[in-house]
Amino acid sequence: MSENLVAADAEAPDTEAPATEAGLAARIRSAFESGEPLAVCGHGSKAVMLRPVQAAHTVSTRHLSGVSLYSPSELILSAGAGTKVCEIEAILAAQGQHLIAEPPDFSALYGTGGAPTVGGMVAANLAGSRRVAWGATRDHVMGLRAVAGNGEVLRAGGRVLKNVTGLDICKLLTGSHGTLAVLSEVTLKVLPAPERRATLAIVGLDPVRGVAALAAALGSPYAVSGAAYLPAEAAARMPMLAWLGGSVTLARIEDFAPSVVYRTDRLRGELASFGAGEVLDDGATRALWSAIGNVAPLALEPSGDAPEQAVWRVSVRPSAGPAVAAALAAALGARWFMDWGGGLVWIAAPATSAAHAEVARVVAAAGGVWILMRAPDSLRVAVDVIPPEVTALARISRRVKAAFDPKGILNPGRMRAGM
Amino acid sequence: MIAQYEPKPDVMARREQILAGLRLLLPPTGVIGEALRLKPYETDGLAAYRQPPLAVALPETTEQVAAVMAFCHAEGVRVVPRGAGTSLSGGALPMADSVVLGLMRMNNILDINYADRFAVVQAGVTNIGITQAVAERNFFYAPDPSSQLACMIGGNVMMNSGGAHCLRYGVTANNLLGLKIVTVQGEIIEIGGAHCDAAGYDWLGLLTGSEGQLALVTEVTVRILRSPEGQRAMLAAFDGIEVAGRCVDAIISSGIIPVALEFMDRPCIHACEAFAHAGYPMDAEAMLIIEVEGSVAEQDDLLGRIKEICRKFDPISLKVSESVEESLAIWKGRKGAFGAVGRISPDYLCMDGTIPTSQLAFVLRRIAEMSAACGLAVANVFHAGDGNLHPLIMFDANDAASFHAAETFGADILRLCVEVGGCLTGEHGVGVEKRDLMGVQFTEIELDQQRRVKSAFDPDWLLNPSKVFPLKLPAMADLPA
Repeated sequence: MSENLVAADAEAPDTEAPATEAGLAARIRSAFESGEPLAVCGHGSKAVMLRPVQAAHTVSTRHLSGVSLYSPSELILSAGAGTKVCEIEAILAAQGQHLIAEPPDFSALYGTGGAPTVGGMVAANLAGSRRVAWGATRDHVMGLRAVAGNGEVLRAGGRVLKNVTGLDICKLLTGSHGTLAVLSEVTLKVLPAPERRATLAIVGLDPVRGVAALAAALGSPYAVSGAAYLPAEAAARMPMLAWLGGSVTLARIEDFAPSVVYRTDRLRGELASFGAGEVLDDGATRALWSAIGNVAPLALEPSGDAPEQAVWRVSVRPSAGPAVAAALAAALGARWFMDWGGGLVWIAAPATSAAHAEVARVVAAAGGVWILMRAPDSLRVAVDVIPPEVTALARISRRVKAAFDPKGILNPGRMRAGM
Repeated sequence: MIAQYEPKPDVMARREQILAGLRLLLPPTGVIGEALRLKPYETDGLAAYRQPPLAVALPETTEQVAAVMAFCHAEGVRVVPRGAGTSLSGGALPMADSVVLGLMRMNNILDINYADRFAVVQAGVTNIGITQAVAERNFFYAPDPSSQLACMIGGNVMMNSGGAHCLRYGVTANNLLGLKIVTVQGEIIEIGGAHCDAAGYDWLGLLTGSEGQLALVTEVTVRILRSPEGQRAMLAAFDGIEVAGRCVDAIISSGIIPVALEFMDRPCIHACEAFAHAGYPMDAEAMLIIEVEGSVAEQDDLLGRIKEICRKFDPISLKVSESVEESLAIWKGRKGAFGAVGRISPDYLCMDGTIPTSQLAFVLRRIAEMSAACGLAVANVFHAGDGNLHPLIMFDANDAASFHAAETFGADILRLCVEVGGCLTGEHGVGVEKRDLMGVQFTEIELDQQRRVKSAFDPDWLLNPSKVFPLKLPAMADLPA
């Protein structure tokens, strides 16, 4: 891991972590009055995501921690923004439930040590492989409490599963990376965890055939909840797949045990023309999809003197995934794998602005969007880390930012330069 | 009549000019100005409120929508977007000085892509029209509001419509990939596309359910899903509301999420049975419709588990549908519930609060007490899994006192929903109907924050004004009491 990533992960000496929402509001109010920018974090697990924030002070929500409401029969959980995701997962697991969007942990990708918090999960709108069938974090945020850039405490949504009262500020704040308001509490829809999981793995397909197999799987009536393609070199890095010896096309089914047996069998039959599939059991399936969500196939640097690698997260229509991957492999020697049936392409390539421009060009041509997920500070400062918006939308963006954070003190520059 | 912002005198005075300007932008049949032909546009699904608009514009393309918006913006004219006009909250109620911008002529399906599982449709395509277009390949569009035969996808997006199957498949917001929008200034912007998730702010999420406050929607990219192998419904009847509520809790706590889990109380069961002849249990105080999906063996497995749970709550009857026809009859009763109540009462108000499901018995008891106190009958139908309650208040619209009492009763129910931790509206929207109750759920700081978001899109408040947000005092002062 490069020097700058390690440096950014080290806790800033003047990080303040208020113990209450009122304390957070007071701190932001004073920053608003003095006009001093604040960097916002939990435990800093994603501190090196997007652009570096230019701020002398950091405010952390890590002490706004703890589950304040959990009603399993109402499928609702509320927790302080600083609550660790792993703590919430444990509390849910004890009742046989889980976080629907399967939030990934990017610690390995970023080489960071801090535990991901539920506030960070919402602020970054995380989603793992289950997104293709069950939505992203944005789809399950039912309520929020947050402090806007003028120090005002806001509530959005509520603690019920269906709510269209007023503008959907929950969706606006989810994925806004702390640039509009600092989350203090989140309320999530949760669901029963499946009783059993299995994965159908087909070996040796080329990427286009692999995505066609995934389209057939996702277009089947068997409720496939994970659909990934790993080229041979990525599969070889995964202990649970290396023995298969080739590229792997993976479809996951999660449900009650009899359904998993039945559906896996039917799916195997329906995909027979793509090749005989191996079925991975519950344990292997858990480990495999956790690794895919956490970007394990690309997380480790190539050994030796290879140039430092940047990582991009590309979202395109699923059938466009193979062409995007092929173009970037040819132009940049990129390593890659696909999730979401081909719709999510993870790319690793040299951390240069030329490589970045090529990713942006190829993805735009395919009608998709990209996020520069990991790169040295020097590159993250120099380029757009997410696609620029058209003029009319950029105007609306600036006005919405100002509507929440009139002096631009919250995470300035985090998503876009000058905003 | 509900209060609205005062019509702009300068706009009212320039009516003929504005009509002439619109006629330059649209095909000859696309502009309506004659009083008689404005009639159908003066109200929507909340027929108690009526207000003819200044004019109606019926564009056929996104470019025409943009031209109309640019013109209205330049002229300072308010615009009220309209789809099929099925809003139950008065979301499409015109203002006297407004142009109603009807999107019903934009009714083409532009693209269907099964490999990538999306469809691109114009705003005026009906909800059921999407499912019909993809049914030949056994796909469907998931959100299924009761008005799905008539309501249009553009309106579904603006209201973030739900339906009976949201417990499994989510509401409109969870089933969209992209939008083509037109700003108040007439700019055309593509939001999202055929891929998942924005890289910047979630405009798709913010625009969905924005009730026409932020921008116009002309095209929608929806997710389409493969239909399950099959589905089957069962009925469980109980002799008490409380015990039925506990049964719902027990089903969900067991780890089963049925695709639908609907609750009806006695008055609703009786009204629906008279209409649908679905074999509903007439002696029950509460009835659940529970639907599962999958292969026949999977249905048997799930229904077996559910029956076992229900038996712990002393049901009066448990009846599993034996055929597709029987399942359809069960749903015909539920989907026709509003109409069925319409047959036994001259008029009804359909409320739409959401409550934490643990509060169900308490809330229904309180509603029964309020009903007795005000002398108006009420029937309750409820998406039990997600807490979305639809009390149907029966009244006589020809009797002003009866209408006033019904409105007061409805507002009291919604206040109760918020008191117990719920919200004013689960799927019908605020519109004009619940506008003045927004202060029950939100603080003034929170409402101002939402108003600032509106202003960011619509600085002059030309888009669907007098809806969603309580009128500010200065404007109210000018209005007749």
